[in-house]
Amino acid sequence: MKAAPFAYVRPGSVGDIVAELARDGSKVIAGGQSLVPVLAMRLGRPAQLVDINAVPELNQLMRDNGSLRVGATVRQRRLQGDELSAAVPLVRLALPWVGHREIRSRGTVCGSIAHADPAAELPAVACCLEATMVLASSRGTREIPAAEFFTGALSTAVEPDELLAEVVFPVAKPGEGFGFGEFARRHGDFALAGVAVRVRTSGAAPSARLTCFGVSDVPVTADVSGQLRAALDTTGPVPSRAALVGALAEHAGDIALDLVDTAGDGHASPAYRRRLISGLVAREVTSAYLKATRSESERGSR
Amino acid sequence: MTRLARVEDAALLTGQGRFLDDLDPLPGTLVAAVVRSPHAHARIRSVDLEKARRLPGVAAVIGPEEVLATLKPFPLSVKTPHPYYPTATDKTRFVGEPVAVVVASDRYLAEDAAELVEIDYEPLPAVVRTDLAMEPDAPLLHDESEGNVATDRTFAFGEVDAAFADARHVVTRSYSFPRYSSMPMECYVVVADWRDGADGPEITAHANFHGPFSMAPVVAGSLGIPTSSLRLVVPADIGGSFGIKSAVYPYISLMALASKHAGRPVRWTEDRLEHLLASSSGSDRLMTFEAAVDDDGVVSALRVDLVDNVGAYLRPPEPSTLYRCFGNITGAYEIDTVGIRARAVVTNKAPTGLNRGFGGQQLYFGLERLIDDIARERGLDPAEVRRRNLVPSDAFPYATPTGGIYDSGDYHRALELALDNTDYERLRKEQAAARDRGEWMGIGLATIVDPSATNIGYVGLATPVEDRTARRGKSGSTEHVRVTVDPQGIVSVLLGTVPQGQGHATVARDLVAAHLGLPVEHVRPRVELDTATTPWTISSGSYSSRFAPLLTSALLEAADRIAETIKVAGSVLLGVEPERLELADGMVRVVDRHDRAVPFRHAAGLVHWDPGSLPDGLSARLYEEAAFTPPQSKAVSRTDQINSSLCYGFVADVVVVRIDKESLTLSIEHLSSVHDAGTILNKTLLEGQVHGAITQALGGALFEEMTYSDAGQPTAGTFMDYLCPTSAESVFPLTSGHLETPSPLTRLGAKGCGEGSSMSLPVAIANAVADALNAEGVEITSLPLHGNVLHDLLMTANGD
Repeated sequence: MKAAPFAYVRPGSVGDIVAELARDGSKVIAGGQSLVPVLAMRLGRPAQLVDINAVPELNQLMRDNGSLRVGATVRQRRLQGDELSAAVPLVRLALPWVGHREIRSRGTVCGSIAHADPAAELPAVACCLEATMVLASSRGTREIPAAEFFTGALSTAVEPDELLAEVVFPVAKPGEGFGFGEFARRHGDFALAGVAVRVRTSGAAPSARLTCFGVSDVPVTADVSGQLRAALDTTGPVPSRAALVGALAEHAGDIALDLVDTAGDGHASPAYRRRLISGLVAREVTSAYLKATRSESERGSR
Repeated sequence: MTRLARVEDAALLTGQGRFLDDLDPLPGTLVAAVVRSPHAHARIRSVDLEKARRLPGVAAVIGPEEVLATLKPFPLSVKTPHPYYPTATDKTRFVGEPVAVVVASDRYLAEDAAELVEIDYEPLPAVVRTDLAMEPDAPLLHDESEGNVATDRTFAFGEVDAAFADARHVVTRSYSFPRYSSMPMECYVVVADWRDGADGPEITAHANFHGPFSMAPVVAGSLGIPTSSLRLVVPADIGGSFGIKSAVYPYISLMALASKHAGRPVRWTEDRLEHLLASSSGSDRLMTFEAAVDDDGVVSALRVDLVDNVGAYLRPPEPSTLYRCFGNITGAYEIDTVGIRARAVVTNKAPTGLNRGFGGQQLYFGLERLIDDIARERGLDPAEVRRRNLVPSDAFPYATPTGGIYDSGDYHRALELALDNTDYERLRKEQAAARDRGEWMGIGLATIVDPSATNIGYVGLATPVEDRTARRGKSGSTEHVRVTVDPQGIVSVLLGTVPQGQGHATVARDLVAAHLGLPVEHVRPRVELDTATTPWTISSGSYSSRFAPLLTSALLEAADRIAETIKVAGSVLLGVEPERLELADGMVRVVDRHDRAVPFRHAAGLVHWDPGSLPDGLSARLYEEAAFTPPQSKAVSRTDQINSSLCYGFVADVVVVRIDKESLTLSIEHLSSVHDAGTILNKTLLEGQVHGAITQALGGALFEEMTYSDAGQPTAGTFMDYLCPTSAESVFPLTSGHLETPSPLTRLGAKGCGEGSSMSLPVAIANAVADALNAEGVEITSLPLHGNVLHDLLMTANGD
């Protein structure tokens, strides 16, 4: 369980990083929480590791108008604790589910997204929030929406010579509410099934966007506004939590049937995953809706 | 400063532990990596080591040819033609089986060179399922044997067929028990050195091996040397084992051979991937249990059919999983008629061995599930069925039909205590109310006999009586100590029990200090074992909870003799007969005149410095060895009966579970666990053992399983898939109760307490889940139980 030989460089600037990444067989290392085990098991054999931790500008976490920009070396634990992340409540809801505290202390937000494990939380959050990925290479910089970023299990639109330099999350607006939940066999494990939800009540009719993870090769996003409205038609616009969960449960099975697309494994069959997603959808869409209506009324009373 | 609970803890908590991978006992040691089979079953067409040998930094590479040239097969406990070497020789029989060893200057280089070893395999069909391995046309693992059944014995005690023919009811169930480990934090480590001496090879091996030392002659046998030419040294600290590290020994032979070829000492440190693939685990078992029952739920006879899947080889001490509980196979119940069929089957999985509870969790899964199924069929409460069948309190010592002699106990009182601690009647009412609300809540019981201080004689059962050599029986549960006193009166205690975290040193220190009237600081326990200097015999080692019953008995015997010598020395100094002296407060003093006293250290000093003043004929000896040798541990009788343990404790578990209907997540709401391990020596350590056993049971019941694909590929090869419970999963309300019915057979009345709930709680949880889902038509016949499994069971019950 020792890595095969590799070269190691620790550039001091983004320019030097992308120059190094242009060499064949280069691989970025930041927190190493996924890469180091891959190296130790000799499942990956990069010719060169490009350590990006020495570049201060990649460690920036900042509010930029309607966005929260998270640099490539920002640790998950820092984002979780920084008051700036209060502006993106879904991130705050999701981060406690990412691994364990020790893992979050080293693991980076961008690293988790670039690794693209189908059962990971942050890729789903990025998809649900329609985040933007900023990619840098010696050829320049480009931006990709989350919806186009994840191309398969552990595969993304990042080219071998590119660095995921930043992820840009939109800041929550009044009238938005969020829900997040997952099931794993143990605390801190990758999810068997999970959901991230954004509900908007600011428009003429409430809308709901659902991203499921752990149920396909990539995070799966669906517009479930119709189902939310149908549920609200039976409960009225100011439902109790139990009533709305009950009403949404009528639709949750169909949503799960639609979205769960995996062969399953020894921990959870597709059928069990559908069961989990059904429950999560009803619960978390309800949570998101109730928070959204609250955030709207808070705005109204201000 | 508050005193730490254990003498071991200061070093461990400050990073001063002495684990073998931290030590460098043999200067100039090189490092090994093991090349392992990627195939579950394959013929080895050729092995080419040349490229690996040519890599700079590589000192030696050995493969099947070198193994066959020097080593003999490990001696097995049965006569089955299953030659077992530390590497594959003709075929590989499980994924992860060693095929070659590379020795280099560091582990990175060794792993680089390991990739250059070229092995040409011809893949063969594999079989991993026990039932399929027994089919006539199943792939044959060992070409020279007739089938994959490595041992098959049938036993009858009493008129079994008649009892079943006469029975009002017969309850028959089949169950299976999964394969899991206790997953120690530290993996295997061996540092071996081969020297050619005047009388043949001399091997020194440092290893985190903890016995049984019956494996020492097994290793020596493979090396073709007398056992005394193999010096085994075990460090003070072992990072857990729970039995798993008893299987370090094949690597001792292998690394000794690697050292012979490298001409230098060789270190091998197992990594977690190797550990999960190829170290050891408990055996998985298929079983059928059958009870002859009357209208009141009283069991008059039992039939059990056990089939253990021991993996690719019958690695000693297997097939002992079948026999470790032979004397207590009828459990806590008064059943005098029993029929047994015991088989071990080889398959293309990793070999099995000792795992905390050894054989108990498998046995009691069948027996205790059956008791619950009897209760259900007879319409009785499972607590009531147990009350009607438990061995009565006035029956001790109680002889079981299979030869066990239960030394002491009060099973009824322990069960009632466990029930009272949960307020059982109220709990059943709560459950009825929960059911009315449509909730799934279940209560599970298990009442088990907890054997300790194994009599290793049970290995004889695997051999039919006509094949057993007369006067070559095996028996024994002996444990050894040496106690010495230095010229300042400091007492050293050398233990032969090879602890792996249990706290033996703490208990030994406290007992000797109390016995010799010394402050605890004046007693210094040492737990390193060196077969060249520590007293030991075949049965030495840490297994079967032997410390509390056996070692402490030896310890007090040795301390008694030290006390006698000290009193004689004191009598010289005080001018009083030794019979009138006692040891207390660090002094030797006259029993009724405490002011007439001399310090213990002066008495010890006299023996060291002035032996000429001792009475004539007294030897100036302040070192005493003792070997506690209980006469109750005899070899297997000609009628196949054996008292398979010296002591028999008791555990009653009552567990309450709730299952979330949406996610099928299972949560433990309360566990009431009552243990009777005889006299309690240290309450804190006992509670620690209870907590540890509970957590390991939780792993087996809910999380852990060493799974394989049908083609024999392990599918739980990392901690991503082999899930051990963490602290987050192990927190639930626990009421731990204790009863003390002292053993009449051990010096302090203590019995073992290290395994208990690891045997009882897996099935108690299964019983609770069965109870919760009873109305849904779900049968619980196996483990582990988690959402995905429950989902499938519910779907099947619903006919989906």
